[in-house]
Amino acid sequence: MPERRQPINLEVNGRTYQRSVEPRLLLSDFLRHELRLTGTHVGCEHGVCGACTVLVDQQPTRSCLMLAIQADGASITTVEGLADGQLLHPIQQAFWDAHGLQCGFCTSGMLITTVALLRDHPRPSDREIREALSGNLCRCTGYQNVVRAVRLAAERMDAASP
Amino acid sequence: MPPVRRNEDPRLLRGLGCFVDDVDPPGVLHAAILRSPYGHARIGRIDTSVALAHPGVRAVYTAADLGDFNQPAPLVVPHPSLTHGRTQRPLAEGKVCYIGEAVAMVVAEDRYMAEDAVGLIDVEWEPLPTVVDFRVAHEPDQPLVHDDVPNNIAARLEQVVGDPESAFHQAAHVFEEHLFIERSCGSPIETRGVVAVFDPLQQSLTVWDATQAPLTIKNGLANMLGLPEFKVEVIAPDVGGGFGTKIMLFFAEEVLVPWAAMQLRQPVKWTEDRREHFISANQERGQLHTARVAVDAGGCILGVESAFIHDTGAYTPYGMVVPIITVTQLPGPYKVPNYRSEFTVVYTNTPCVSPYRGAGRPHACFVMERLIDRIARELALEPNEVRRRNFLQPDDFPWDVGLTFQDGGPTKYDSGNYPAGLAMAEEMIDLASFRDRQAAARADHRYLGIGFAAYVEGTGIGPYEGAHVRVEPSGRVLAITGLTSQGQGHYTSFAQIVAAELGCDVGDVTVVTGDTSRFNWGAGTYASRALVTAGNALGLAARRVRDKVLTLAAELLEVSPGDLELAQGKAMVRGAPGRELTLGALATAANPIRYAYGKEANQAALRLVKAHEGAVLREGEEPGLEARGFFAPERATWASGQHAAIIEVDPLTGDLRFVRYVVVHDCGVLINPTIVEGQIHGGVAQGIGGAFYERLHFDDSGQLINASFMDFLMPTAVEVPDIEIAHIETPSPLNPLGVKGVGEAGTIPVAALVAEAVEDALAPFGVRISEMPLSPTRIRELIEAAAAR
Repeated sequence: MPERRQPINLEVNGRTYQRSVEPRLLLSDFLRHELRLTGTHVGCEHGVCGACTVLVDQQPTRSCLMLAIQADGASITTVEGLADGQLLHPIQQAFWDAHGLQCGFCTSGMLITTVALLRDHPRPSDREIREALSGNLCRCTGYQNVVRAVRLAAERMDAASP
Repeated sequence: MPPVRRNEDPRLLRGLGCFVDDVDPPGVLHAAILRSPYGHARIGRIDTSVALAHPGVRAVYTAADLGDFNQPAPLVVPHPSLTHGRTQRPLAEGKVCYIGEAVAMVVAEDRYMAEDAVGLIDVEWEPLPTVVDFRVAHEPDQPLVHDDVPNNIAARLEQVVGDPESAFHQAAHVFEEHLFIERSCGSPIETRGVVAVFDPLQQSLTVWDATQAPLTIKNGLANMLGLPEFKVEVIAPDVGGGFGTKIMLFFAEEVLVPWAAMQLRQPVKWTEDRREHFISANQERGQLHTARVAVDAGGCILGVESAFIHDTGAYTPYGMVVPIITVTQLPGPYKVPNYRSEFTVVYTNTPCVSPYRGAGRPHACFVMERLIDRIARELALEPNEVRRRNFLQPDDFPWDVGLTFQDGGPTKYDSGNYPAGLAMAEEMIDLASFRDRQAAARADHRYLGIGFAAYVEGTGIGPYEGAHVRVEPSGRVLAITGLTSQGQGHYTSFAQIVAAELGCDVGDVTVVTGDTSRFNWGAGTYASRALVTAGNALGLAARRVRDKVLTLAAELLEVSPGDLELAQGKAMVRGAPGRELTLGALATAANPIRYAYGKEANQAALRLVKAHEGAVLREGEEPGLEARGFFAPERATWASGQHAAIIEVDPLTGDLRFVRYVVVHDCGVLINPTIVEGQIHGGVAQGIGGAFYERLHFDDSGQLINASFMDFLMPTAVEVPDIEIAHIETPSPLNPLGVKGVGEAGTIPVAALVAEAVEDALAPFGVRISEMPLSPTRIRELIEAAAAR
């Protein structure tokens, strides 16, 4: 039998949502199919590929390993929340400039992971970048230009910070 | 010139791409598939009543419900030697032949309910004995995958070039190798998916499908579903990686989902989950080779003999394409005057095999390069010296290998410069200093090894692709082709080709791919063919539009077309600044109606459209600045490359690390070097996966015991090294752009190169490599085995 729905309140990309969801609904499915924020992608549903990574209360989190009801009261950032209107986020801009994506499916998770990395480590070494990205699988790029993009973003953001 | 950034990236980076699972039509129902839990079993009674009664369930279908619709898929590439080809029905009838084969489909109000109901279907199974190890599948007394296929043999093919018997008889030396390559899979991060909407009033069907070949799917679906072709649209929107896995005619779900949408008159969606991808999407590799080489006293190859077994899994959806590619590409960049090849295609109780990035070529390269290494070792030569002595030379082209290629045409190389490529690779990786470095490291108990590999890749096969180019009154250019993009950057490289003809910005060209309502002709994106076929078709179409632009502009500006140049989105009179018309104005004027939309177009129309007598279109003249173009290559064009790597192996743990990885690549004229290099990076990464990590591990019952990303290890950012790339450009004489394909190239030589490098690193231990992939555990075992010899 379908389980009884439960109310949740959460903030996604700065906007508040009140919804009632089945307890078993994954956060990834909630974001994609209830809120229609389809930029968060689902690649494995077992927490390895990292495509579904979102920020939950600032922490990079696998939205396929979390239930929507667990996000009650949380503040979430998805890839749709990165750009400032027409202006791409510096990390998005760097991925564009450095050819850091091919099919674009893993990209949302890469971007979100990078947001957290550069917030915590504004000047990462290549080794640190690769370690940080090692939880995000990409099958197209061989990672080289992803690493280059993250490095470029770090340099630009570091140069721009006061 | 700064690199051209990709047109497609801003929307992908904003999370505004449209992948199949992003399509949620109103009222969409969700399908889930019951898959066989047995590698081989008879299907008895299927009781769907409990599942049907489950809340939210709208339908449960079995083979019986499909009736006559449940036909075996077409055999896509028939061949006279494929004597026992078998293809799969959408839902299994009577028995199942692999774990993962579709048995029933549930359609429910959401995916969760559909999956609940799948668990409530009760099937009476009668398990049968399985055959999983393809190396013995053809032996007597093995269980039969298909009752009417003796010895599980789907096909046998022998091909001979020259007189191998005499060559082997006269040879100074004959060496033999036994080589084994494991089963792997493409594993795009986006799984497969299908969404179908049937409009009962229009009697029309729209399907979103994560496929590499929407036109073929469309025409096939129309035929199967009894609809006119023009009532069926198939859209491959953004596709999250393909690597060959997403081209299949047809996967069960591609047939079942549209059929269910028509039955239920409601949209139906199915998105594959990762476990399903592992057990029901197609896979590849899996070959066992016995190879012999005959050489003269100087190490020059007189002949090659290769016999191998190819594992096709439970069915032969792609006939013999993969082993035929292995056969034809095995001689690679070398002169092999006498060649005999025979292969046997065998069935096993495992998922189907069809081309996966590389498609038979990594196997071929592994075999040939292992033979090169063997010659080198036996004759005490450097492997590259053996390569040099046997390379085709730049003046040997065109070179006919003497075999029929996968497209039915000759295996005839068009251009290349292999010796120059190898010399560049040696210089880039600093071979000259490596042996000293290696010796110093060994003194320190560190084991460095160097490996090289050379390969060719037949790319850009036909039959053909087409394109439609149109300038709109806004000045934007629309460029449409029938094939798809799975990340190859077609929205940019194709736009560059069109922009170069029309003298406009790359960003002003909108490329449309993978939408059958926009363009009705073509085959698809596979076999490293998109740029060669569709790229040239776009070039031809854009050239025709250019001619129309020049003719019209010359008329309106009252000059001769030769006085005009196209640049900055305008037709300009040379030497007369300001005498110019924008492409948008010309597009407006090219449509001789009496009104135009928008201020600029209106002004253009007022200024440019002159009163004239008689019909506004001359006989045979068409309105608009648009044209179509088609390109059908005469035969494949041959890309090539030489890779080199230095690796370090830890003999205590068996772990490996790349110190450097160098690629010299020749794909003819480069349209967008950044994109080409990205393709090579990704290809090498996938090759590294195939060389070290990726092995599908089936147990004796056909159960895939590593069917998750936890257990099937793909390389991460930590394992893949930086790849240093240099290009050689030998333009293809076979197409106007002079281009060759690049999609698969990076993957091909990696296993061969790693084998050479590991043997070199572990030379003090006497380790010999004759298999792929090599896990750390396997390397430890090989070290121990060598010590015991």
